[in-house]
Amino acid sequence: MKNKNIKFVQGNEACVEGALYAGLDFFAGYPITPSTEIAELLSYRLPQKGGKFIQMEDEIASMGAIIGASLTGSKVMTATSGPGFSLMQEALGYAIMAEIPCVIVNIQRGGPSTGIPTHVSQGDVYQARWGTHGDHAIVTITASNHQDVFQTTVDAFNISETYRTPVILLYDEVVGHTRERLVLPEQGELPLVERLRTSVREGVNYHPYLPREDGRLPMSDFGGVHRYNVTGLFHDMWGFPSDNPEVVHDLIRHLVDKIRNNVNRIARFKEYYLKDAKCILISYGSSARSARHVVEYLRPRGEKLGLLELQTLWPFPHDIVDEKCINAKHIVVVEMNMGQILREVKRAVERPERVFIANRIDGVFITPKDIRDILRVIQGKGV
Amino acid sequence: MEKCRLVFSGSGGQGVITAAIILAEAAVLYENLIAVQSQVYGPAARGGATRSDVIISDSEIHYPKVIQPNVLVCLTQEAYSKFYPIIRPGGLLITDTRYVKIQRKVDAQQKELPIYRTVMEEIGNPIVFNICMLGVVIRMTDLIKAESIMKVLKDRIPSSFLEMNRKALDLGMKLAEDVTS
Repeated sequence: MKNKNIKFVQGNEACVEGALYAGLDFFAGYPITPSTEIAELLSYRLPQKGGKFIQMEDEIASMGAIIGASLTGSKVMTATSGPGFSLMQEALGYAIMAEIPCVIVNIQRGGPSTGIPTHVSQGDVYQARWGTHGDHAIVTITASNHQDVFQTTVDAFNISETYRTPVILLYDEVVGHTRERLVLPEQGELPLVERLRTSVREGVNYHPYLPREDGRLPMSDFGGVHRYNVTGLFHDMWGFPSDNPEVVHDLIRHLVDKIRNNVNRIARFKEYYLKDAKCILISYGSSARSARHVVEYLRPRGEKLGLLELQTLWPFPHDIVDEKCINAKHIVVVEMNMGQILREVKRAVERPERVFIANRIDGVFITPKDIRDILRVIQGKGV
Repeated sequence: MEKCRLVFSGSGGQGVITAAIILAEAAVLYENLIAVQSQVYGPAARGGATRSDVIISDSEIHYPKVIQPNVLVCLTQEAYSKFYPIIRPGGLLITDTRYVKIQRKVDAQQKELPIYRTVMEEIGNPIVFNICMLGVVIRMTDLIKAESIMKVLKDRIPSSFLEMNRKALDLGMKLAEDVTS
């Protein structure tokens, strides 16, 4: 008998289901391979539940629209791939500065530029971190299978509301397009974070950027009972531009520290056979599936191999990676770029000369054999 | 059960990707199995060699692509030439007699079947070519019950087309029985 909670879907659809579960009510976007299914599905799923879907003229406008909608009290998302993600960087910085919750999905394809639209890559890891200018912090999460795509999408909305920050969901073409099982949780099964709204009443002064004691900023729905200013300039507690050195200093510390002080709370990862592992694979997104395949294949054959699958990429969980790898003789980062997470792992661990890379940058999904070939070289078993 | 790895290949528009999705969906929704389906695709919507991979198993599947298929279906000459070398030794290679001329012996059971001809003679509509092919595959592999395929089709297509699809599936199963018995 068919269970109505079990679905057979693409990763992009798992993301849509996660977003709807989390309470998405506004989506603006511009379709682009390999993220198109997200916009396509939401174009009818969202209006069905009373939400709004707008196909914008480009990705710059898409970011503008979701930022505006978020300010009015909506849970918002946009979805894109490399070229569109580049266009979003300016407004992404605005959302960081003005502390506007929003979720940006990037289903990665090969770049730079229009690159290789229908093939997989994980080349945007650093763009997610530093694509927009100025000192800032950002949250970036990824996943390797559909259940985790659903869960991390829900998490993204929760983190975004908790810290009033944009959250980037950095999936990739293989995760986005592969079809597999998704079990939908019942409503209420996963915790949801709702918008923290101000208790300041109409007619009473509301300070949009005056943090509570716990550091959180209650919001007032824009266009509602309070008039206030929102700007990309450094601003005081009223939201008005300021060049007061103390205001500037405090704001940038606030923007960075609200994420940095919560690295371990934001960190999501999975571990397999790490306890006695002599060699640890570190991977994320779809390449973690190939890495897991290798571990599950070689473990019964006596190799002390483990896998650390990262889901939170930014803020990078340096302490966790260091601690997990402390006893490993070799560490191999498995990714589909020239070594973006490799660099972070080398910065995180003691004796970085233990860290190697198994990568693929030709648009082809990395195979278990690619990884095993590197392992053989590292272990001195020849090519 | 052993993991079964299948590759369906042909030309864009023949329905090989749809067939792969239907098969994998039937496994997951109606047979309580684990399945993943993926496809390699380019910018073109029609023509070219299309390929879709399906893995069906009763345990978790990590690497989602197929490197050496147990079952390889080729519905065009181009797809055959491109993919026949990847068949797993002892696997099953199914080709359509109208579109493919076998050129080389491989270490696999080779089944050349008049799938397209049968569909055109018995039904007269090529849109169910892929469903007839699915009938061949499920009968030869005993992977998935015909009823599960029909349940998926019921969810996906207008009810007026169900009978035609049922017939195509049965024809495919009959073709498979004829060559195996």
